[in-house]
Amino acid sequence: MRPFTLATATDAREAVRLVAGDPDAAFLAGGTNLVDHLKLGVATPGALVDVTRATSAEITDLEGGGLRVGAAVRNSDLAADRRVRERHPMLVRSLLGGASGQLRNMATVGGNPLQRTRCVYFQDVTTPCNKREPRSGCGARGGYTRYHAVLGASEHCLATHPSDLAVALAALDATVHVLGADGERSLPFTELHRLPGDEPERDTTLAHGELVTAIDLPALPPATRSTYRKVRDRASYAFALVSVAAAVELEDGEGWVREARIALGGVAHVPWRAHRAEAVLRGAEPTEETFLAAAEAELVDARPLDGLDGGNAFKVPLVTRTLVATLRELTQERES
Amino acid sequence: MTDPSTEQLRPVAIGSDLERRDGFPKVTGTARYAYESEAASPAYCRLVQSTVARGRVDSVDTAAAEALDGVLLVRTAFDAESLETDDGELAVLQSREVAFRGQVVGMVVADTAEAALRGADLVEVAYSPAPHDVVLRTGRGDLYAPEKVNPSFETDTSDGDIDEAVATATAVLDRTYTTAMYHNNPLEPHATTAYWDGEALTVWDSTQGVHPTRAVLADLFGLDRERVRVVCPYVGGGFGSKGEPHVHVVLAAMAARAVPGRHVRLAFTRQQMFALAGYRTPTIQRMRLAADQSGRLAGIAIDVVEQTAKVKEFAEQTGVPTRMMYAAPHRSTTHRLAALDVPAPSWMRAPGECPGMFGPEVAMDELAEELGIDPVELRVRNEPEVDPESGLPWSSRNLVACLREGADRFGWADRDPRPGLREEDGWLVGTGVASSVYPVNRMADSTATIRREQGRYVVEIGAADLGTGTWTTLAQIAADALEVDVAEVTMRIGDTAYPIASVAGGSSGMTTWGSAVVNAARAFREKFGPEPPEDAEAQGSTEDNPATERFAMYAFGAQFAQARVNRDTGEVRVPRLLGVFAAGRIINPRTARSQLIGGMTMGLSMALHEQSVLDPRFGHVVNHDLAEYHIATCADVAEIEARWLEEHDPHVNPMGSKGIGEIGIVGTAAAVANAVHHATGVRVRNLPITLDKLLPALAG
Ligand SMILES: Cc1cc2nc3c(=O)[nH]c(=O)nc-3n(C[C@H](O)[C@H](O)[C@H](O)COP(=O)(O)OP(=O)(O)OC[C@H]3O[C@@H](n4cnc5c(N)ncnc54)[C@H](O)[C@@H]3O)c2cc1C
Ligand code: SF4
Repeated sequence: MRPFTLATATDAREAVRLVAGDPDAAFLAGGTNLVDHLKLGVATPGALVDVTRATSAEITDLEGGGLRVGAAVRNSDLAADRRVRERHPMLVRSLLGGASGQLRNMATVGGNPLQRTRCVYFQDVTTPCNKREPRSGCGARGGYTRYHAVLGASEHCLATHPSDLAVALAALDATVHVLGADGERSLPFTELHRLPGDEPERDTTLAHGELVTAIDLPALPPATRSTYRKVRDRASYAFALVSVAAAVELEDGEGWVREARIALGGVAHVPWRAHRAEAVLRGAEPTEETFLAAAEAELVDARPLDGLDGGNAFKVPLVTRTLVATLRELTQERES
Repeated sequence: MTDPSTEQLRPVAIGSDLERRDGFPKVTGTARYAYESEAASPAYCRLVQSTVARGRVDSVDTAAAEALDGVLLVRTAFDAESLETDDGELAVLQSREVAFRGQVVGMVVADTAEAALRGADLVEVAYSPAPHDVVLRTGRGDLYAPEKVNPSFETDTSDGDIDEAVATATAVLDRTYTTAMYHNNPLEPHATTAYWDGEALTVWDSTQGVHPTRAVLADLFGLDRERVRVVCPYVGGGFGSKGEPHVHVVLAAMAARAVPGRHVRLAFTRQQMFALAGYRTPTIQRMRLAADQSGRLAGIAIDVVEQTAKVKEFAEQTGVPTRMMYAAPHRSTTHRLAALDVPAPSWMRAPGECPGMFGPEVAMDELAEELGIDPVELRVRNEPEVDPESGLPWSSRNLVACLREGADRFGWADRDPRPGLREEDGWLVGTGVASSVYPVNRMADSTATIRREQGRYVVEIGAADLGTGTWTTLAQIAADALEVDVAEVTMRIGDTAYPIASVAGGSSGMTTWGSAVVNAARAFREKFGPEPPEDAEAQGSTEDNPATERFAMYAFGAQFAQARVNRDTGEVRVPRLLGVFAAGRIINPRTARSQLIGGMTMGLSMALHEQSVLDPRFGHVVNHDLAEYHIATCADVAEIEARWLEEHDPHVNPMGSKGIGEIGIVGTAAAVANAVHHATGVRVRNLPITLDKLLPALAG
């Protein structure tokens, strides 16, 4: 563990100035991921800038039913908000399915999507890892790959993104507001994360010193039903093996599929927006065959990994089964 | 006929559900654990660990660490003090050889924990690595038979002719089962505060035995035992991993000697606990059962392959319960070990019985299915009159009563034995049963003193309370032995300042220490009568129990589980667990229940979650934290119920009690595996039962 300085920024500009101007500095929010990394030697910043007072901790209404969520809103507060509970069951379930009560009380909306992979080799500085130390090799390849990717991996990195909230945000078409040294910008949430390619050390498209200030949740058509299904190795307090965030709108509430938004967790370096599956669903009858075809379309490029205990080949059928089951639940039990 | 040494107490305080005496200080945070023990200006020790699994340390560069502000000392194999030991695990920093990945190769002592940690990062170690070998499998050419299995059982046994029994039986089952590598993860890590006063050493250590730890330290440092004091009033869990000293206490003592006048604190990190605190070996169990049409066993055999470490042998007694559990005239058990470049395995709750009742109890379920016999009934039909192993009668054996009572409470009678038939809300539902067993152990060398102080009865014994309730239960025993109200009894335990006591292990504490307390009380009353003067004092010790020559002594139990398996995802949940035990007299129902459901929870965790993933390329356990090494959470444990039968066993000890700390974990995983099979039709023979093992067989 390397000694570091700690500053508390009281506004966003100051926070950005402190970090953007110092390649050795990092933002600190709830600290539930970053502090672990400091202790493990995975992250070694020389300066930390606490941003929990530099960004908003409020959830405000936008025109047309959308919501703006400040980056400093705690995960538990977002999950408890009445408007969010009414409009976005998917989002609430993703939050409550994550971590533990104590962690959710600390974790922030800005920090959660920016948490880093749980790849055990990434977290162990005595093993090689291209993400932690570029060009040192990938410890996971041929090792413990149960929690690793089946979609979009590169020869340099097989890691998955661990956040549950991020999967829901990807499905919802949320927008991220960012403040950098050059001013503000906003981007679709689905463009926040990136595939590993040959730069696995970069999880996101943010530049150093760019601060997430807020995330906007758009309004969904009122007839949309949404949920988040997380499949994991124990009933609580475990990262997803596979998860599905899905929102479906049927014609007249029971006919063909007008709109479907789907994102998958636990399968890729990014929260995986399932455009191919959505395309199959759109305009189709909500039947078991359609759901299966949607899953298959999404998984044509799936590449399971070898590894200890059979690697992660089970994830491909698991995604299919979980997606089909989730769509069935959203389209067939209309009374509840 | 009962012996004087087991003459029964009249239970008054015994049997009442008194609250824990240590409960208040624990929940209010005033109980001081080893790392928090009082110290004027403590120093902190952090460790440097090997990053190769085998090889030799060529050189170390400690300059940067030594130059760091606050660092007091760096020690490596090049300059550490010499210890007197041939224990390969405890001989820490004694040689430049590296025997496993994560082995301690250096330590840094500093004024603050942060400086010590930074210092440890800065120590540069250069190795000559050598190829390592960490993979356990059955086909290895170097499997060997250890001289004994833990602690001193025969390695192999054979009665009758198992091959003949198998060749001639109507029904034969021949299957291989595996259990995973498991790590004890008590909440409190292994931790020590150490202090030297001249040539006298005091350690506040988190341990299951202050006296055994003292004996080891005295030998290592070449001191008279009287010069070593070990203090441990509270333990934040141990489960066996604190039963024998590990290197933390040795290193803390070495560090403290090198910084005279300072207390040195050392605690393992969670990750270090996966390399330095022992673990349960993975086991491969080949089971053979030979039975007639009615399910009566002619033969039962288990052949166990498991691992040990090159650095120190530990041979888990996995095959032992198969020797005595069921009435099969032809029996055979073997243990073979692979000695690997890994850390030394050690005790974990119910060594032997816990893994060793997985294979056999799933095999019994498979046999029951094959013969179309109810699995409860199959066990009842194989109830032995006497101990098949020794030929001795049982001091008491109520397995059948446990099975019947459990079946009754669980609603077993309505069970349709066919697998894969029941579905509720998208979940396949099934039930399973398995037997439990644990021996009644008694250790040597425990003495209690009873003294009259300010009108109270003070009981002193250097026993340990690793969270089990010893503070309270020993007071109950003392009260009944003295025939006084328990409120008049003051307990003093957890310190070598008190008389010698054995390790808290093998569920032997109540039998061993309780017998010492009873003997002390009887001596006290004999000497001083009902109105003892102030300062009156008497001692009593545990004696051999001659009845062990005449009876086989075990506690038994039956475990019932309901499992639900998600039809779509294969996720497994266990909404209901019921354990019914016959374990002699229960000293305190409150603490007993906690032990039993704690054991059952750990068994559930073993069934569904726990698995240390050893990466053969690196040689260490890579999921070495509590986010990645899954232990059952509250959400995984739904209805869990432990019950016990009234059982009067006059032969075991004066309390009539059998140990209950370990039996709860025995058989649980098999009951769950059997329930999963009943739910799905899928027989999972390799723990843990994770969804990937079920998915291929679930309907699309
Ligand atoms: C045992 C355990 C289990 C967990 N289980 C789950 C789970 O099941 N599902 C799940 O989703 N999560 C889980 N988590 C992770 C947890 O949710 C995250 O650690 C948390 O959400 C991170 O938020 P934080 O505010 O604490 O971020 P921090 O740890 O403070 O920061 C995380 C990263 O984001 C950066 N950062 C923080 N805020 C900003 C900002 N405003 N702009 C730019 N960069 C920023 C930091 O520099 C850092 O790199 C678990 C964590 C633990 C320890
Ligand atoms: S998968 Fe990615 S994060 Fe994991 S070891 Fe390989 S490079 Fe590192």
